[in-house]
Amino acid sequence: MTQVQFTLNGHSTSADIPPWVTLLDFLRERVHLTGTKKGCDHGQCGACTVLIDGKRFNSCLILAVSRDGAEITTVEGLADGPILHPVQQAFLDHDAFQCGYCTPGQICSAIGLLNEGRAESREDIREYMSGNLCRCGAYTHIADAVEAVLEASK
Amino acid sequence: MRPFDYVRPATIGEAIAALNAVPDARALAGGTNLVDLMKYEVARPSRVVDINRLPLHDIEETAEGGVKIGALVSNADLAWHPLIETRYPLLSSALLAGASPQLRNAATTGGNLLQRTRCHYFYDTATACNKREPGSGCGAIGGVNRNLAILGASDACIATHPSDMCVALRALDARVHVEGPDGARIIAFADFHRLPEETPQFDNTMRHGELITHIELPATRLDTHYSYLKLRDRLSYAFALVSVAAALTLEDDRITDVRVALGGVAHKPWRNEALEAEMVGQMPDAAVFSRFATALLHDAKGQGQNDFKIDLARRTVIRTLTQAAAATPQPQTRKSIL
Ligand SMILES: Cc1cc2nc3c(=O)[nH]c(=O)nc-3n(C[C@H](O)[C@H](O)[C@H](O)COP(=O)(O)OP(=O)(O)OC[C@H]3O[C@@H](n4cnc5c(N)ncnc54)[C@H](O)[C@@H]3O)c2cc1C
Ligand code: SF4
Ligand code: FES
Ligand code: FES
Repeated sequence: MTQVQFTLNGHSTSADIPPWVTLLDFLRERVHLTGTKKGCDHGQCGACTVLIDGKRFNSCLILAVSRDGAEITTVEGLADGPILHPVQQAFLDHDAFQCGYCTPGQICSAIGLLNEGRAESREDIREYMSGNLCRCGAYTHIADAVEAVLEASK
Repeated sequence: MRPFDYVRPATIGEAIAALNAVPDARALAGGTNLVDLMKYEVARPSRVVDINRLPLHDIEETAEGGVKIGALVSNADLAWHPLIETRYPLLSSALLAGASPQLRNAATTGGNLLQRTRCHYFYDTATACNKREPGSGCGAIGGVNRNLAILGASDACIATHPSDMCVALRALDARVHVEGPDGARIIAFADFHRLPEETPQFDNTMRHGELITHIELPATRLDTHYSYLKLRDRLSYAFALVSVAAALTLEDDRITDVRVALGGVAHKPWRNEALEAEMVGQMPDAAVFSRFATALLHDAKGQGQNDFKIDLARRTVIRTLTQAAAATPQPQTRKSIL
């Protein structure tokens, strides 16, 4: 067992976990934050995307112990009480999902994209969102939602 | 994943000692390859040495006008570092062609060099694979080999090294700084990865217990005429079928220096300096590029499913050299080929 401490969605959280627990399994199975989804478990789909110190990562390929001390934000930590994060609101406004399974990862990834500040065009958005697959094929509306937030932030 | 013992050293010396104390210990950097392989039980280290707290996160200029990159710099930070974007845009471009934004945030400079092949049999412990299990045979010869080698393969293994970053590093003549129980040494990029021959279990010339500490790039003038062109089965988030890093310098319309490295075609980034030298002094035109590309692929051999890659590689070399000569590098966010 290894002791870890995170600031998880703004709250200090500590736990004793075996070192082979991934951050994704820690979130879902140990602290029961099931918003973050397991799609492939191998870095190939983006469903498990979370923000660590403001950057986006695939939580399925990270050993939780290796991020001891980090600030982690999952989809559950984005809204400010009843007020949704602008990216969450844009996903609703643009109907950017069908089944919704990829959505938490898409939203965290889009926030990572905005934090990076590299995307300027729709083409850029498509490329920089390419680490998130959507089995339902909602890509057009997802790009619309991200583009709307990007335009509003300019 | 099998259980393992986890240590998190604070210094390079402690990390080397921790690696050497256990024969099957592995360093953990971004984890994007190691954790994946541990889930498949292809990698089964009994000890994981988390090197993320070592002081190897910086990018510095060298006295000779090059740069020295810490092994733990992420692929994203490297691609978007001002020194790399301005002096080595070929490297930035190759990095941005690889993996996904999330993976590039985690993947490190050192880990990228040491990522293992994406041969399907290597990942599947129920099949024969000389790289995973020496002496067991090679499932890919006569099997599924669309993504595998057309150059430098052996009867034991036809795997490819899957990195994009390494293709640019090979073209830029990078040097790999490693440190181990016997001290530090520097390995030329050409000598870092190896061909499979009869011992495909060894991807490179590092010794057990050594750490990559830095990658050094010499000063170059390859910041204008360059291009990285990657062809794959979908437009993004896929490994290369063929990729080409090309860079050159021109004076009075004649080639004064030219580098061409290929990815996705061999067990290491593929380059032929003797053929490159024949282009020096010539005009950068289609006939010269075409002659070079044909000679470069002269010894290529298909494995059935990947026969198409020989002609694809030849044509990609010509196209990438043409982009480089025109100073119109392939953008990585625009998907139509220039
Ligand atoms: C879905 C997917 C798609 C991908 N697509 C691409 C692609 O298109 N192009 C591409 O180039 N790559 C691609 N990658 C691979 C990715 O770039 C590599 O996994 C990554 O660069 C490895 O770096 P890491 O820091 O995560 O290494 P780790 O997984 O931490 O380590 C890899 C290996 O290197 C060793 N190691 C790491 N650092 C050191 C060091 N400093 N000294 C000694 N040993 C060390 C580890 O022990 C391990 O054996 C993809 C990966 C995934 C999962
Ligand atoms: S090509 Fe190499 S890695 Fe693939 S099955 Fe054969 S020996 Fe294994
Ligand atoms: S579950 Fe992590 S990338 Fe698919
Ligand atoms: S909305 Fe169903 S997978 Fe994206």
